[in-house]
Amino acid sequence: MSLKKNAFVKYYLIYVIFAAIIVFFVALGGVLPRSFLSNSLQMAIAILLSLSLSFVVGFLGELSLGHAGFMCAGAYLGGKVASILAAGALGNGILTFIISVLVGGIVAAVLGVVVGLPALRLKGDYLAIVTLAFCEIVRVLFLNSPKEAFGGAFGLETPKYGSSGISLQMMLILALLLVVSAIAVFRNIIRSKHGRAVTAIRDNEIAARATGVDVTKYKLFAFVVSSFFAGIAGVVYSYTQSRVQSSTFDYNYSIDILVMVVLGGMGSMNGSIISAAIITFLNLKLSTVLTGNLAVAKDLVYALILILIVIFSNAPSLRSFREKYNFRAIIERLRKKEMDPADIKNDAGSWDRIPTKIEMNEVLSTDFKVQESTMNPDKEAK
Amino acid sequence: MAENNYLLETKDLGISFGGLKAVQDLNLRIKKNEIYGLIGPNGAGKTTAFNILTGVYQPTTGSYIFDGEEIHGLKQDAINKKGIGRTFQNIRLFNNMSVVRNVMVGLANLPEYKCNVFESIFRLPRHFKVEKAMRARAKELLDIFGLLEERNNLACNLPYGKQRKLEIARALATGPKLLLLDEPAAGMNPQETAELVETIRFVRDHFDMTILLIEHDMSLVSGICDEVTVLNFGQTLAQGNVADVLHDPAVVKAYLGD
Repeated sequence: MSLKKNAFVKYYLIYVIFAAIIVFFVALGGVLPRSFLSNSLQMAIAILLSLSLSFVVGFLGELSLGHAGFMCAGAYLGGKVASILAAGALGNGILTFIISVLVGGIVAAVLGVVVGLPALRLKGDYLAIVTLAFCEIVRVLFLNSPKEAFGGAFGLETPKYGSSGISLQMMLILALLLVVSAIAVFRNIIRSKHGRAVTAIRDNEIAARATGVDVTKYKLFAFVVSSFFAGIAGVVYSYTQSRVQSSTFDYNYSIDILVMVVLGGMGSMNGSIISAAIITFLNLKLSTVLTGNLAVAKDLVYALILILIVIFSNAPSLRSFREKYNFRAIIERLRKKEMDPADIKNDAGSWDRIPTKIEMNEVLSTDFKVQESTMNPDKEAK
Repeated sequence: MAENNYLLETKDLGISFGGLKAVQDLNLRIKKNEIYGLIGPNGAGKTTAFNILTGVYQPTTGSYIFDGEEIHGLKQDAINKKGIGRTFQNIRLFNNMSVVRNVMVGLANLPEYKCNVFESIFRLPRHFKVEKAMRARAKELLDIFGLLEERNNLACNLPYGKQRKLEIARALATGPKLLLLDEPAAGMNPQETAELVETIRFVRDHFDMTILLIEHDMSLVSGICDEVTVLNFGQTLAQGNVADVLHDPAVVKAYLGD
């Protein structure tokens, strides 16, 4: 029962954390340095992107390398709408932002349908290549677009935060609200029959078909929801720039997003959020620390750090640390409740991987100790 | 009117891959509430026949009528919705999902659990109502198969026999009229097989189910099947009552050689 309660607390914890962050920025946004606010804004965008890609890669189980393409479409179309509206009667306000966010998201979602319908017939590497090509096509299209429409090689002029209307603080709060709504949407989908259908496709497509899951429909659905939020991230991005350059959205950008998802753990929304925040922080920190001639080394250091994280996040010592200090263990310790031997056995049963020999020995030995201690009183009684 | 007695009727069903005729002229007539066996040596085309019936392959010749309806040409999920559920020779569960969710995937298509995406995203009352009802129904099904205690474990952590049972439970969750079992007793010991026989009988009686099964274990086949069809190299070797067919010289020859 307590376990169930913990799971409940754990499930809603993320909303509490984000509410606290938003309150923090509402209260202190005026006092904090601008660089801190704009860095946080970058993080919020990265979180939006990694959340949306995580749904396709981690839950649908399809590899998409075209996420920057959807973001690009969102940034351009949303930015265009924003600049038109800002010049008009609406002005550069929150309403303009909301409308352009919706437009950017919907455009990206429509693009998701157009790309997804043919591309999702492909699997694995082939899908990855097609989405990669799509990303490049979108980028090159905007690069060669007529100057009056999307700025062409000059980039599209968009209303940046702070210039008028929306302040940086306001922008950050809006972005965080979007992040929270993205979290809510994805989690609500995952914890519903639709999400179960999507994960069923990931786990076994053939069985999913035989169980009555309309695979084509749900693949497209996951792809479209994901591109919708990528488009929204693009609009937010366009607000952080006075000019949107299509060269930003090259395939490296897609891969950066993928790195966040993979590092956060496939099929883990919380993991994607944390790793997106950490990687963005790392990137920003590196570019402030390594300046001048050292700037060349930035990518090298970044890559090295990533490699080290991948190697050491699975190190046995770190694993045991996590097992000791994870949320559930800490709650258990706070309650100072000794674990029931039956619970330990259940734990062994619910591991999501095959326990190693050492771990099994540990479980068995605890079991044995408990038996011994229960036997002792009998002896004394005799 | 006579046709109405048959739940599934195939007419000269056949498929060829290139020059290889994997299944030829298959004529099955399965009555309602019957347990029908499909047997034959390895490579006889039994699983291929299953794959045709469930829409994995489109037949190159012939047609089949299920529940009075011509259903060939439909997609797999559509055929499942018409009422054919199946299990697989090599177990195919949703390994990284919990046991109860495996069953809930199967329930999702039933009309009583209708709930669109927006109702789920915005957590409207119907979502909660449907989820609750689905969970309760899934637990009922798991209880029947003795899997209730395991409901929160991942499917891949179940022992082999229970995985087989879960696969049947998941197929039943889709509300089929005809259940196709592909070698349900493969890899089971005699005691597990005996349990399985009980389970299959129970499913037939309790769910008012018609069952078509592929099996190599002859004691199981002769124990529960009402009728059998023997395939060999894609062709029908013998058909009819179990006792007669198993003593047919041609069948004995196909299995044991001359």
